[in-house]
Amino acid sequence: MRSLQRTWPFHIMLLPAIIFLIVFSYIPMGGIVMAFQNYKPWLGITGSEWVGLDNFRFLFQREDSLQVVWNTLIIAVLKMFFNLLIPFVFAILLNEIRKVGLQRSIQTLVYLPHFLSWVILGGILIDLLATDGFMNRILGSFGIQPIFFLGDNNWFRFTVIVSDIWKEFGYNTIVFLAALAGINPSLYEASEMDGASRWRQTLHITVPSLIPMVVVVGTLALGNVLNAGFDQIFNLYNPLVYQKGDIIDTFVYRTALINGEMGFATAIGLFKSVISMVLILISYRLAYKWAGYRIF
Amino acid sequence: MYHKTTAYRIFNVFNICLLVFLSIMCIVPLIHVLAVSFSAKSAADANLVGLWPVQFSLEAYKKTMNNPIFLHSIWISVLRTVLGTGLTLLITFLAAYPLSKETSVFRSRNVYSWLFVFSMIFNGGLVPFYMVIQKIHLMDSFWVLVLPGAVNTFLVILMLNFFRGIPKEMEEAALIDGAGHFRTLFSIFLPISMPSIATIALFSMVFHWNSWFDGLLYLSNAKDYPLATFLQTVIIQKDMSSMSMSPKEMELLSQTTVNAAQIFIGAAPILIVYPFLQKYFVKGMTLGSVKE
Repeated sequence: MRSLQRTWPFHIMLLPAIIFLIVFSYIPMGGIVMAFQNYKPWLGITGSEWVGLDNFRFLFQREDSLQVVWNTLIIAVLKMFFNLLIPFVFAILLNEIRKVGLQRSIQTLVYLPHFLSWVILGGILIDLLATDGFMNRILGSFGIQPIFFLGDNNWFRFTVIVSDIWKEFGYNTIVFLAALAGINPSLYEASEMDGASRWRQTLHITVPSLIPMVVVVGTLALGNVLNAGFDQIFNLYNPLVYQKGDIIDTFVYRTALINGEMGFATAIGLFKSVISMVLILISYRLAYKWAGYRIF
Repeated sequence: MYHKTTAYRIFNVFNICLLVFLSIMCIVPLIHVLAVSFSAKSAADANLVGLWPVQFSLEAYKKTMNNPIFLHSIWISVLRTVLGTGLTLLITFLAAYPLSKETSVFRSRNVYSWLFVFSMIFNGGLVPFYMVIQKIHLMDSFWVLVLPGAVNTFLVILMLNFFRGIPKEMEEAALIDGAGHFRTLFSIFLPISMPSIATIALFSMVFHWNSWFDGLLYLSNAKDYPLATFLQTVIIQKDMSSMSMSPKEMELLSQTTVNAAQIFIGAAPILIVYPFLQKYFVKGMTLGSVKE
């Protein structure tokens, strides 16, 4: 009781946040029971029939849902790999530019696309990447046949991954630039005395100094293996590319709200949440172990 | 030394060219849209526009600005952004203070932290969330745009890490002088937290301005859509029902240039706010990530 006398302001301060968390985060978790039901809206959760693990069995039997899991994995893993590699290289190259003004200007431009939504960028890309669009006109001047970037199953994933890299690579360099700024300059001075070239310095000082950051960013990305980017896919895809482009989140949206299979959609959502949670817990543990990273 | 070698000089020139090229590539699509929006209908429809307007025209902007639904959607977006950001800032600021305390000072801290972190790593998914929104009668209400996103654990963590960097002596001095925790928070912490408040405000503003899915999902009347949802239906889904134009008007109008104008207006607030807050978010982000 005495501790409550001292800490009551803390509880009051946390109250609004906790109310919001309960209403918008914890109560919805209760709705997960729908995953084990053949949910009918007019019967409600209490009245719908229990079907045990049937919905999950469907998930592994239906061809479309298996394809969707596979698509999600491929798109997410490729995005993660390039969103780690490209910012890493970009940060090192940017760090070589000594003119502060130029460096700042480049940073301002490359961070920008991150802050625009996929609705805006989708609108731009649909126009830009159309068969008669700006992009194909440029390619055409090199004698390349028009490519249907957003309507061809062979090209859609490529387009999604490249456009995601385009949007995020600048923003992702921020953490690497911060790590670069933290490197002790005397390391460079000493190596310069010993006659090391810039390339040698990069190889033996810069890259090793960035490795902990690569480990952190890389391991934390592990938790996103089932997040291939709902906003992006939803705004770029169309029925022509469902086969290669449909991911878990877009599939859940369509199954639930267009086809009305609430129980099945909840089951897929739960499948995704559970696996993601396990992966996030593992990745946080690894990031702590390997690089001393803690979220709190 | 190495600065003076020929090889390094060649590399340097090459490097600058490459990075300048890449950074220009980041805004070329935007420039293209801007050029299309200022071009004449015929030129845009024939795809003749590159990075400079062809037959300069303000027609698309006139048409856009005469569409009452478009203007109303801007108003909804502004309102949600202001209210949503204000609410998020208040809640985040209040919650981060107790969470930044040591466990020895505030023993329940760990319980609360877990509530926050667990909500970040696990969720009920789309369908149960949708049903809760239905059950608490937020469907078709403006508040569905503001309330569900009010608490963001990531922003709370950013804020509390900033609080931890504030010297303990400042707080102790205030407490000894008889200030309570609320007083300390608002009179001492608030003024020195401006950089991280700016960061959180930027993230929250961008989030609200860009959000489109909630409008699509929870609002059934297209007249209540925020701008991002309006753009999503008109430009991506090509659903013209919310354009409020007669068929004759539609014929006269190049959808390409109007779309471009709408896209540009949709992006404009971010283009305007972003340069001012950039220095803050870079600091805020790195503070949150490196120190953690």
